[in-house]
Amino acid sequence: MSVAVTIEAIDKRFLAFQALRNVSLDIQPGELVALLGPSGSGKTTLLRLIAGLEQADAGRVLFGDDDTRDLSLRDRRIGFVFQHYALFKTMTVAENIAFGLRSRPRAERPDGAEITRRVKALLELVQLPDLERRYPSQLSGGQRQRVALARALAIEPQVLLLDEPFGALDAKIRKDLRAWLRDLHSRTGHTTVFVTHDQEEALELADRVAILHEGKLEQVGTPDDVYDHPATPFVCEFLGEANRLPVKIVGSQAFLGDRPVLGGLTQNQSGPAALYVRPHHLKFVDETPLSIPGVVEQLRRTGALRRAEIAVAGLTKRLDLDLTSQVAPAIGERVRVKITHATAFATA
Amino acid sequence: MSEATLPDRATNLAAPAARPRTARRTGAEGPVVQLLLITVSLAFLLLFLLLPLISVFVEAGARGWAAYREAITEPDAVAAIRLTLLVAAIAVPFNVVVGIAAAWAIAKFEFTGKNLLISLIDLPFSVSPVISGLVYVLLFGAQGYLGPFLKANGIEIIFALPGLILATIFVTFPFVARELIPHMQALGSTDEEAALTLGASPWRVFFAITLPNVKWSLFYGILLCNARAMGEFGAVAVVSGKIRGLTNTMPLHVEILYNEYMGAAAFAVASLLAGLALVTLALKSLLEWRYGDAIAAARRH
Ligand SMILES: Nc1ncnc2c1ncn2[C@@H]1O[C@H](COP(=O)(O)OP(=O)(O)O)[C@@H](O)[C@H]1O
Ligand SMILES: [Mg+2]
Repeated sequence: MSVAVTIEAIDKRFLAFQALRNVSLDIQPGELVALLGPSGSGKTTLLRLIAGLEQADAGRVLFGDDDTRDLSLRDRRIGFVFQHYALFKTMTVAENIAFGLRSRPRAERPDGAEITRRVKALLELVQLPDLERRYPSQLSGGQRQRVALARALAIEPQVLLLDEPFGALDAKIRKDLRAWLRDLHSRTGHTTVFVTHDQEEALELADRVAILHEGKLEQVGTPDDVYDHPATPFVCEFLGEANRLPVKIVGSQAFLGDRPVLGGLTQNQSGPAALYVRPHHLKFVDETPLSIPGVVEQLRRTGALRRAEIAVAGLTKRLDLDLTSQVAPAIGERVRVKITHATAFATA
Repeated sequence: MSEATLPDRATNLAAPAARPRTARRTGAEGPVVQLLLITVSLAFLLLFLLLPLISVFVEAGARGWAAYREAITEPDAVAAIRLTLLVAAIAVPFNVVVGIAAAWAIAKFEFTGKNLLISLIDLPFSVSPVISGLVYVLLFGAQGYLGPFLKANGIEIIFALPGLILATIFVTFPFVARELIPHMQALGSTDEEAALTLGASPWRVFFAITLPNVKWSLFYGILLCNARAMGEFGAVAVVSGKIRGLTNTMPLHVEILYNEYMGAAAFAVASLLAGLALVTLALKSLLEWRYGDAIAAARRH
């Protein structure tokens, strides 16, 4: 049922605007890949290209060994869930879900009883039993979302494409649906590409994350990969908060001004660089080597963690530091912080 | 593997009555101003719109029921009624089909000349109907550009049914298209794209998705188009030649009777047209009252 999707050197422009530049991506059968990027980065365009709703200017998309340019929309067997669901509002939930089956050529069309049976099974799969007769306008956002998914699954797709599936829902439901989708995927095993601009969602849900920026793929990798070893400053900043320190790298050490702040750098890239440090990769220390002196200026709460803002001489922005213990410093206290993990990018 | 569960959310059913349909004004204007405005507009409506309409029916019945029946069943009147129905029966479906096609093209595709097409659709509204009629005479009349060719081939257009139909089509074209265009534009193409990815043929997409989505706007447009097609006077007067029993439509018949000082008969036929207007109005109001929320919802999406 599942099929590998190969995207080869896709270019796509709208008039003068280059929406996708030389995008290539291999997706394994049954894999769950997240397309992550800020708004306008080309995620929807890439998804529509895979679906065949948009034609590439260069490059091609393969399903298994088949060039999709040779396949009609029907033969591509895509399960597409649109950003705003696109449920047919003049039809009931059951009619929506049955639409794909009823659209088949007469010879392949299941009979009425079979369609009813499948609609029931799908509604159970998406945990919405007994809603057959409702109209989309009588459903909550989360329910519409799941009806849209059931409708897409009804045609037994080779590839499932989801465009910001939880985009329009509130935070709590988003989290519940995340776990549910992950579970559904492991049961049905469709090759799935889902678009999101929420890095947390992408990292939690996907087997691999592909990060798009201004039409270019910046990095593709497992969540751990891209989070711990971002390939570009953009990826690093997009995946989570990070302090940016202008440093100079000499040998294996990074210097903030003339003070060494990080050692053991493996990349041999002497010269000016930007050092990206996540708030939880900074900690308070007592000892002096490789530590940065500063003053606590502000204490804040960010969800589960508390955060200290530390002013450092020579830095225009305060350093953000996530407090790991309950003991918090006082505002105005002089402290020393140490970098436990960082990524350096050479700057010109 | 554990079953994933979802919290059972209460479904928020659309509450149609929750939202007040007309917000009450509590502005700075005092009750006196309010009363004055209402009185003025009501008086105007009564005097200029309702009174004439009533007088049509009063005049029509002035000579009694028998005279009324006589006026609308005499052969010329029957011929006029049949011709009017025939013209509408051809012009309205034609404009529905072409109007849907034009609205579809404008709403769902990008092409050069789109703005020109939108302006062209409005042309019949901005041009005097008399001119619309004259254009056809100029084209197809005996002295017109295509006149000799038509005559040689024995085709009659002006002073015949085809001319009436052409003129009516021209004048009533915008109604359907103009109702549909904004609605279709607001809907976008996502529903159609969804249907296509689900494997529907373009044919099925049109009849199962596009058409049902705009059915109320379409019905609205047809209603208005039909009312105008049956009531059109100016353009039809020019191309008709007013041959009694042959090319005389109801509005033309009314005028002829009136000019011949047969006032009661004229008003009797006119009362049929007025009746049509009332039925149209009633249907339109019924539609808005019964399906107002559905129509508004369909347009919002
Ligand atoms: N049909 C179109 N015509 C012109 N520009 C488009 C079209 N579709 C998308 N774009 C442009 O391409 C860029 C990428 O759009 P999109 O793929 O929708 O981004 P995303 O889904 O990542 O927010 C945007 O700048 C958008 O304006
Ligand atoms: Mg998008």
